[in-house]
Amino acid sequence: MTLALIVLIPLAGALVNGLFHATGLWKKLTGKAAGGNAVAAVACLSVLASALLSTRLFLDLVSGGEPVTYELFTWMLSGDLEVGFEFLFDSLSAVMALVVTWVGFLIHVYSIGYMHHDRCFARYFTYLNIFVFFMLVLVLGNNFPMMFVGWEGVGLASYLLIGFWHEEEFRVHAGRKAFVVNRIGDLGFILGIFLIFSAFGTLDYHGVFSMLGAGHAAGVSSGMVTAIALLLFVGAVGKSAQFPLYVWLPDAMAGPTAVSALIHAATMVTAGVYMICRCSPIFSMSPEASAVVLATAAFTAFFAATIAITQNDIKKVLAYSTVSQLGYMLMAAGAGAYAFAVFHLVTHAFFKALLFLGAGSVIHAMAGEQDIRKMGGLRGMIPVTAVTFLVGTLAISGFPLLSGFFSKDEILASLYDGGHVFFWAVGVLTAVLTAFYMTRLYMLTFEGKTRMSYLAKSRVHESPASMTVPLVVLAFLSVFGGLLGVPEFIGERLGFHYTGLIGGFLSSSVETVHGHAAHYSARHFGHWTLVGFSVAAAGLGILAGVAAYSRGPIERKPKRFAGALHGGSFNKWYVDEMYDAIFVSPFNYVSRLCSDFDRSTIDRALDGLADFVRDGSKKLSALQTGFLRYYAAAVAVAVLAMIALAFLYGSAVS
Amino acid sequence: MEVTVSHYVVVASVLFATGAYGVVTRKNILIVLMCLELMLNSCNLLFVVFSRLYDGATGHVFVLMSVTVAAAEVAIGLAFVVSVYRQRQSLNIDLLKILRG
Repeated sequence: MTLALIVLIPLAGALVNGLFHATGLWKKLTGKAAGGNAVAAVACLSVLASALLSTRLFLDLVSGGEPVTYELFTWMLSGDLEVGFEFLFDSLSAVMALVVTWVGFLIHVYSIGYMHHDRCFARYFTYLNIFVFFMLVLVLGNNFPMMFVGWEGVGLASYLLIGFWHEEEFRVHAGRKAFVVNRIGDLGFILGIFLIFSAFGTLDYHGVFSMLGAGHAAGVSSGMVTAIALLLFVGAVGKSAQFPLYVWLPDAMAGPTAVSALIHAATMVTAGVYMICRCSPIFSMSPEASAVVLATAAFTAFFAATIAITQNDIKKVLAYSTVSQLGYMLMAAGAGAYAFAVFHLVTHAFFKALLFLGAGSVIHAMAGEQDIRKMGGLRGMIPVTAVTFLVGTLAISGFPLLSGFFSKDEILASLYDGGHVFFWAVGVLTAVLTAFYMTRLYMLTFEGKTRMSYLAKSRVHESPASMTVPLVVLAFLSVFGGLLGVPEFIGERLGFHYTGLIGGFLSSSVETVHGHAAHYSARHFGHWTLVGFSVAAAGLGILAGVAAYSRGPIERKPKRFAGALHGGSFNKWYVDEMYDAIFVSPFNYVSRLCSDFDRSTIDRALDGLADFVRDGSKKLSALQTGFLRYYAAAVAVAVLAMIALAFLYGSAVS
Repeated sequence: MEVTVSHYVVVASVLFATGAYGVVTRKNILIVLMCLELMLNSCNLLFVVFSRLYDGATGHVFVLMSVTVAAAEVAIGLAFVVSVYRQRQSLNIDLLKILRG
């Protein structure tokens, strides 16, 4: 029951806010509008309640409890198909639920301050609660249809929130782009679910995965398993913004910044990672599919990082960084290190939410300005934001002993251990780029001389407590979140005994393919050397960033080859333009043809028919003179005519 | 000269034709109504004639019925004529053509 309540309370919050406040019904019933505080209280407290309940169940689980399931009702029952509206709380769900509810709660609180001036305050919190509800359905569902419902639901919430300020057309377009691009992935996902059902005859996680146990699938060919895994991965590519479907995520930054933090950085976009980890028995059965995951993810991680280097919009940099980091997580999943994918998911949720909220605080202080070329020197003016943002920057760059360092290092180490040396190198290179562009972002925003106008400068103010407190909490988590997964050899050296917590905890619900420590000796590099590479990557990126951008943006345009690289990166490698030429323009062209055909042929035929009937009726109506005598005469003449006919052709008629 | 059924039929036909001609050509509503009655009664006459010819009571009964209904109809028709006259100050039937298409 507790389990169902975790999911249902945010739904109740959304219903209360949606039905009573967003529609203005409350005002009609009571005569006065509910204050923003009441709306915010409903929204925040419902998520807080979910968070506390999840924590309670989590503590049960940690103290040796069994995974909990709870069936609310039977959802579908048709022939062999039996699907319950059923929840599952095992270690993987627990980690996800905690991240969703706690980070979600912090972002709800932050939103109170951030959306303070907005007219549609109640509508915003309604959508936010709907999102939390569907996200919890996604991570707590106990079968594939439940996950799919949550999957579509968060897509809906994402669409609604990207286009939240729907007076501006480009925001609506961004929402629609996200929706359409995600549909492509969702199609793959649902085809995968169909294939699972036809292959296994069931849709329960337990039912499917138990048939895959012991390294072989009962009665299911390995080709089938690969096909299923690839289709599921298509879904993950859409939702988790991997190449080639990542294009919606940077545009999704049109939504309010708190939404970008919650949905498009910390939680929803990690749904693909969660799904692959949940399906780890399937993916670990199919080396081919895992290789595809690994290659796609590695390419995405590197590709997005190269774009992030040259962007000037503070949110765009973070968006491409998110794409890149999602690639990191999926690299781990592709290499079979599912627990570390989840570990990075968690730490990323902390520091990326922190960075986005920090960016939101900056934008708030700058009254909507997002161009980092027009910032600079903000550290002295908004110190809390600056310090927490610095913490986030260092964490994502992999500064030693911060959370990002541990999770990234574990991913790189497991790539190396798994024999994917090339992808390990890509990962290290991406880490350098990550550290570089994040340092660039921090330096241009907070350091150096200010490049703001005098007027803008006079208005800069630190955000209210409802925004800074979540920043501080997330900064704290970004620093210490890494302690969830300290590797044993580092723990030994530091005298820290709680090593590998998250890996051990998750081992009950995700596959663990590689025994890490066992492989180290067979490789060229020892594990300290690998750590050295990670630290060097972070250090190199940070130092290069500081050196290049301590005096503000680089004005001089690079030339020749470097100029081509810069132009490509600055224009996002023209991927949007390419899609436009390959898909959008032909589609529009065909649509226009159809539209023309409709107008010139079908419409004209129908209009012609209508005109004919109308004109004909007009002519016929002239017969209706209104003179009664004509009608009588007509009747008489007609009767006479009929009688005459009856006489003439009498035998034929009868 | 013996009066046969044919004579009755001819008389009825003449009555009917006269009535029909009047309905179609006359302009005064009252005259039109009276012509209608002529047509009606020519039919009644035929009913009675054939009823006697075939020795049945059905035709007689039917005529009684028809006369009753005709009385009611005339009452309504005259009421209608009165109200038309009040509205139009005229009994010209050609003025009543608001249903023209």
